[in-house]
Amino acid sequence: MPDVSSKQMKLLYFAWVRERVGCGAEDVELPQEVATVSDVVGWLKGRGPGFAEAFARPELVRAAVDKVHVKPAASIDGAREIAFFPPVTGG
Amino acid sequence: MAVRVQQKDFDIGGEIAALTAGRTDVGAVVSFTGRVRDNGGQLAGLTLEHYPGMTEAELARIEAEARERWPLKACLIVHRVGELAPGDNIVAVVTASEHRRAAFEAADFLMDYLKTRAPFWKKEVSPGGEAAWVEGRESDDAAARRWD
Repeated sequence: MPDVSSKQMKLLYFAWVRERVGCGAEDVELPQEVATVSDVVGWLKGRGPGFAEAFARPELVRAAVDKVHVKPAASIDGAREIAFFPPVTGG
Repeated sequence: MAVRVQQKDFDIGGEIAALTAGRTDVGAVVSFTGRVRDNGGQLAGLTLEHYPGMTEAELARIEAEARERWPLKACLIVHRVGELAPGDNIVAVVTASEHRRAAFEAADFLMDYLKTRAPFWKKEVSPGGEAAWVEGRESDDAAARRWD
């Protein structure tokens, strides 16, 4: 039976989120019930101490879906790439 | 019309000359150059990380928004990434318009939006070798909200 209960996604991490998570990019299969960016954060927090530390204060982490800034409540339906990072500090 | 993300330095005079070469419709050019400062000897250097692909897309969106708001004849954003030392250039914004007001305001807007939206992150290194990520500043968010 084909697996219809998971979604394939590329996750990217930058700056201190990357350092705490321990990698800059990975391909994951998200459970079907993970529907929003906030859901992804909740799922990631359970993946190990590095993830738990990176997302301990989710209000400090920003996200982009397919290279566009989004809010935590944004849907990930159809997304190919989700990035997590601290507030930006360029310029 | 142009956004660039690069490791190498830029020459602001050369950028202005290239942007305005042959143009007789531009009456005002404003440029801003952001540089690494040493914070009174507290900073030895910094590393700029970014999100390749999104950075260029976001800068292009910011530039497009400036063009909707002001009648710009030409516009350029250059941002450096990688290892930088005090005194090094970080970012250049150049705007050109018929009259000065649009060029001044658009350059100010571009920097405010760039600082709060473009996916760059600075990690500072102290003279003692300690590294720390720069935290986002509420004053930058407040500056960007002026344009809402």
